[in-house]
Amino acid sequence: MKYFGSGHGACPGCGLPIAVKTVLNALDGKVFAVNSTGCLEIISSQYGKNAWNVPYIHSLFENPAAVAAGVEAALKALKRKDEGYVVVFAGDGATADIGIGTLSGAFDRNHDILYICLDNEAYQNTGHQQSGLTPPGESTTTTPAGKVLPGKIGGKKDMISIAVAHGIPYVASSSVGYVADIRRKVKKAVKFEGAKYIQIHSPCVTGWGIDGEMSIKVARLAVETALYPLVEYEYGKLTSVRKIKERKPVEEYLKQQRRFRHLFKHPKGKEMIEMLQKFADENAEKYGLDLKKDEE
Amino acid sequence: MKIKINLGAISEPMQSEKLKTGDWGTHYPVVDKEKCTACKTCEQYCPDLCIEVEEFGEEKYAAVDYNYCKGCGICSSVCPFEAIKMELKDIFKFEVC
Repeated sequence: MKYFGSGHGACPGCGLPIAVKTVLNALDGKVFAVNSTGCLEIISSQYGKNAWNVPYIHSLFENPAAVAAGVEAALKALKRKDEGYVVVFAGDGATADIGIGTLSGAFDRNHDILYICLDNEAYQNTGHQQSGLTPPGESTTTTPAGKVLPGKIGGKKDMISIAVAHGIPYVASSSVGYVADIRRKVKKAVKFEGAKYIQIHSPCVTGWGIDGEMSIKVARLAVETALYPLVEYEYGKLTSVRKIKERKPVEEYLKQQRRFRHLFKHPKGKEMIEMLQKFADENAEKYGLDLKKDEE
Repeated sequence: MKIKINLGAISEPMQSEKLKTGDWGTHYPVVDKEKCTACKTCEQYCPDLCIEVEEFGEEKYAAVDYNYCKGCGICSSVCPFEAIKMELKDIFKFEVC
């Protein structure tokens, strides 16, 4: 049975429907879906062309976590909690920038919800503006690469650490490039009582400037270069990471995408690539991603 | 065309299937039935939920629903046996003179 319908309006090669259908299938459709404003809402809930086959509510950009908390509290009061899991599907802008207040509140009260952040690294729905989860060096419409600046300055907000710091039972990151990993993590997450957070890296074909068929390969390259480590925390402790056999240089990931192409010509581009490589090295060090290092 | 409007903008489930997205793309996937091992990798990755492993008599292979396929080519890129090829649609095969 399908829980997410064909005929939705996503671009060919979009990662969001892959993530959503994997989550819904993993939970056998026992889901109350709460959606923030963003690409996913636009592609799946146009009036009269609803793609969802599970109970679905969309409210605003800033309050998916608060709405989910309300749904969860209502189900508790009506003694209907066995009917399904409350799952939030929110974009990276709704999670890291606009909705972080209500998200923090829901984590603090430890509502029994599963919060899924679909991270496509910018506000892709409105035309590729930078968000808190945009990586440094990316050229967006609000941080364009020009004569002086090579794209976004600063860093990618570490939402995983922010979620872990709230002391919630389960935090994980995953990627659309590995659907089996998403499935396993979602199934594991719902066993915990309390707030759960999973961040799923999802390619955007138009924003990132990639070909539709490349989207899975690019998502896998992000993991293989250690720019997007797949980790798992239970009660604040790191329990598992996806090891990388042979870590690739970040250039291999960057040169596939239009959003980073200026880095190879810009006077400050080399500096920026070195910074991203340092970021990947730090990730590998922090989470122990390299398989070879362990063997030596 | 008549549109039924409910209070609070509630819409029926799975109405998106009314929108046939099959004509969006320029390419379409063709499955090589001999190479296909029915491993369901393409089924898991298809963003439009339009490729499914089905049984045809004794044979079992991936079948594409061309009503919804947008021709992104993800199935072809993730296939471990290279059993799916992307081909250009006939209407895009024209000569420029």
